[in-house]
Amino acid sequence: MALITGKKCGDEEMGALGLESEVAEARTAFDSGKTKGFEWRKSQLKALLRLLQEKEDDMLKVLKEDLGKHRVEAFRDEVGAVAKSVDNALLNLKKWMAPEKLSLPLAAIPTVAEIVPEPLGVVLVISSWNFPIGLSLEPLIGAIAAGNAAVLKPSELAPATSEFLADAVPKYLDCEAIKVIQGGPQVAEQLLELKWDKIFFTGSARVGRIVMTAAAKHLTPVTLELGGKCPAIFDSLKSSRDKKVAVGRVAGAKWGSCLGQACIGVDYLLVNDEYAPTLIELLKGVIKEFFSNSEHLARIVNKHHFQRLCNILQDELVAASVVHGGSVNAEELFIEPTILLNPPLDKEIMTEEIFGPLLPIITLKKIEDSIEFIRARPKPLVIYAFTHDEKFKRRIVEDTSSGCVIFNDTLIQYVCDTIPFGGVGQSGFGQYHGKFSFDNFSNRKPVGRRSFLIEFSFRYPPWNEKKLQLLRHIYRFDYIGFVLCFLGLKRYSYRS
Amino acid sequence: METLVNDLRRSFQTGKTMPYEWRVAQMEGILRLMNEREKEIMEALWTDLAKPRTEAYLHEISLSKAGCKFALKELKNWMKPEKVPSLIATFSSTAQIVPEPLGVVLVISAWNYPFALTIDPLIGAVAAGNAMVLKPSEVAPSTSAFFAKFLPQYVDTSCIQVVEGGVTETTELLEQKWDKIFYTGSGRVGRIVMAAAAKHLTPVALELGGKCPVVFDSDVNLKVAVKRMAIGKWGCNNGQACIAPDYIITTKSFAPKLVDALKETLKEFYGENPLESADLSRIVSSNHFRRLTDFLDEENIPEKIVHGGGRDEKHLKIAPTVLLDVPHDSLIMKDEIFGPLLPIITVEKLEDSFDLINSRPKPLAAYLFSKNKRLEEKFVQKVSAGGILINDVALHVANPHLPFGGVGESGTGAYHGKFSFDAFSHKKAVLSRGYATEMRIRARYPPYTHHKQIILRRVIDGSFIALFLGLFGLHRD
Repeated sequence: MALITGKKCGDEEMGALGLESEVAEARTAFDSGKTKGFEWRKSQLKALLRLLQEKEDDMLKVLKEDLGKHRVEAFRDEVGAVAKSVDNALLNLKKWMAPEKLSLPLAAIPTVAEIVPEPLGVVLVISSWNFPIGLSLEPLIGAIAAGNAAVLKPSELAPATSEFLADAVPKYLDCEAIKVIQGGPQVAEQLLELKWDKIFFTGSARVGRIVMTAAAKHLTPVTLELGGKCPAIFDSLKSSRDKKVAVGRVAGAKWGSCLGQACIGVDYLLVNDEYAPTLIELLKGVIKEFFSNSEHLARIVNKHHFQRLCNILQDELVAASVVHGGSVNAEELFIEPTILLNPPLDKEIMTEEIFGPLLPIITLKKIEDSIEFIRARPKPLVIYAFTHDEKFKRRIVEDTSSGCVIFNDTLIQYVCDTIPFGGVGQSGFGQYHGKFSFDNFSNRKPVGRRSFLIEFSFRYPPWNEKKLQLLRHIYRFDYIGFVLCFLGLKRYSYRS
Repeated sequence: METLVNDLRRSFQTGKTMPYEWRVAQMEGILRLMNEREKEIMEALWTDLAKPRTEAYLHEISLSKAGCKFALKELKNWMKPEKVPSLIATFSSTAQIVPEPLGVVLVISAWNYPFALTIDPLIGAVAAGNAMVLKPSEVAPSTSAFFAKFLPQYVDTSCIQVVEGGVTETTELLEQKWDKIFYTGSGRVGRIVMAAAAKHLTPVALELGGKCPVVFDSDVNLKVAVKRMAIGKWGCNNGQACIAPDYIITTKSFAPKLVDALKETLKEFYGENPLESADLSRIVSSNHFRRLTDFLDEENIPEKIVHGGGRDEKHLKIAPTVLLDVPHDSLIMKDEIFGPLLPIITVEKLEDSFDLINSRPKPLAAYLFSKNKRLEEKFVQKVSAGGILINDVALHVANPHLPFGGVGESGTGAYHGKFSFDAFSHKKAVLSRGYATEMRIRARYPPYTHHKQIILRRVIDGSFIALFLGLFGLHRD
């Protein structure tokens, strides 16, 4: 199949000037109009799918190299999930692109209106290191589906993946319109000085502020996918089978996905006092069952984060609260699944997002207190709750605020294309996945059409009271009153 | 200010803004305000802008009332969670999207429609269940004072507060932590608002302006088209409106006819002495007056004036003025005019206008007068703007079913109707699963075997058949 590209793209040395000219090329590509057509968008998405299929082994390899992810985890969380999203986009692209016809009130007759989605232009996607393939390509799918040109800056903290993307993407996609620019904070800073039509950022709140401040200079709209401390509420579940399943799901979300370095991973557990010992035993059991072989667990991304987590554990009071695990391996950058029982709430382990395999369990007098506990803290990306109590569920939804709420499972929101994925408050703003990705990178432009056929003289000055009254009737959609007034059969009234 | 925000946050946290009844009570209060205080509102608008009575009623009070009634009628629907399908990958789960308020929001409005631009976002914020601070524009001081004095009598002041003031007070407000900031005004201040919001990671909606172009084809019902365009320009606060036509683009050959039609229509609307007409708003302040006269007095510009040009500095009045073929780099073509001056740019053929428009910052609205369907299609496809209207001007602001907002330099975020409700809401996904369908093989979890990998592939692929085959170990790989 012929690729719709204009030229061959290879390795290029990227200085500041090189960077600007790359971005300028993307803008030229967009201005030429080629990214707007259905055929181009479809071809790019299909090419992305081919990339995911043909380069699957390479991807699994770099994810192992950067993060120690097992093949299956890497496929499940990144490669497979992205392929599913591309399929979904291809299936729905025509529908998403179609104008949405609207019904309009009678008074606007003869007006016909619709909402026409159009691309924003040239967008910047900055992704994070923990799901370096997924968090780069998911937004890219949305950008392409919506008809934009895009520049992707993958995280330098996952260098093998960044290198892979810089190499593979230009080979499969239209390298004039879709660019991958590698680099660290300096390159990011340079990119942020330029004018974009949208910036999509996944990462920490600290950098999120920097991104938004830079975007403000150009009035560039942004989406910030940040993090937070995602709690899992553990209510008592009657059946022991349900308990085991629930604990399995928590363990999977804590340690089975990038060793806890996930924005939607379980950060800490909330359980009532009496149930805590049972929970700990169940967790220990599941850890043994799933994670005996550390080959099946990811690694801490780098020395800096490894040290950060070790420091957390070194605090005397925190160390004292460890009830399972705690051993670390500096050479491997590995920390084993660790459970803590009621560490002090004012220490970093409970004030900052952990982003690692340490699982604090906080006990409460009664499980309903978990709502107050969560409300007192910044809004997280997700709240997990394991409960059958419908009243409790309703209270959780109504009395807390978070990006989303998941009952009786974990992580599944990531692969569900029909719900919006994104944060609120400190966990960010803007949503994506599925059609939400398409909308995120679109301008939904209302288009109204009128004919010359029907014309109302009372729209125009010179003004008089009769015209005012006619307009009152029109605005209230009071057609009878309007007609009577028009015919002079109704008196002017100052009642609104 | 910090105390004020903390108090509002405490009120919000009691949950009192959540129930349907509270939100309805606030909106009914706002409606009562508009009914009972119509006289005071009109007076304030006259003092601030010398807005003609009909215009004031039409564009500010009427529209706001209609918006409020629409919200009251639809609120129950808007508040309802939306059920959505879930997929096989998350098999046996129910999914819904639940709207919830963002919390404590800040609404900063502009001076040109000082009443409507405060009420419209207020309705959205209230309908969505938020607590809020309203900061009306100090450049329309009577309307600002009106809100400060009367609004508290009609709404729950533990959750809705008015703060008056200028740059100092606004700066102080912007330093606080909000859950959303809704700003209407200029791009310059929009940048300041967004930068301040960035410190707290506060999402913003910016309703800004731009130069709204009108492309004028020769194939139109000229009289009707010109009237519609004229009322959109001079009948909207004398051109001081974000969606008013800023400049016209037409063909060289058609321009003379257009100018003649404009002259005739202007005489019809505003008489021989437009400076004396009560149907034209005045310019809001002497600063803006000077800004506009500077456009007219720039070198080489006076000779481009083909109609009008008259001004009355004492009463801050400028007559409807039409200019022909000003240079593209003149002051009047650089920034948003926001006044009664209408430059006409001419091109060889009408299609050239699309590139001209796209070479400039994206406007809030773009208009086309034409009967040519193909031209219309091209216009819609090629011109990027907050909104597009064919064969009329400015009307889309009155339609609660259309999202109203800008793109690029003209802003971000949309409102009106349900879009207002959405602008002040967080759409929270709620997924609920059971335990029944936990596959015994537990393919999700390590230790990861080859068999599990196959199953996962099938599940993620979304194919039921493949899933069953995979579960039973029957696969093609």
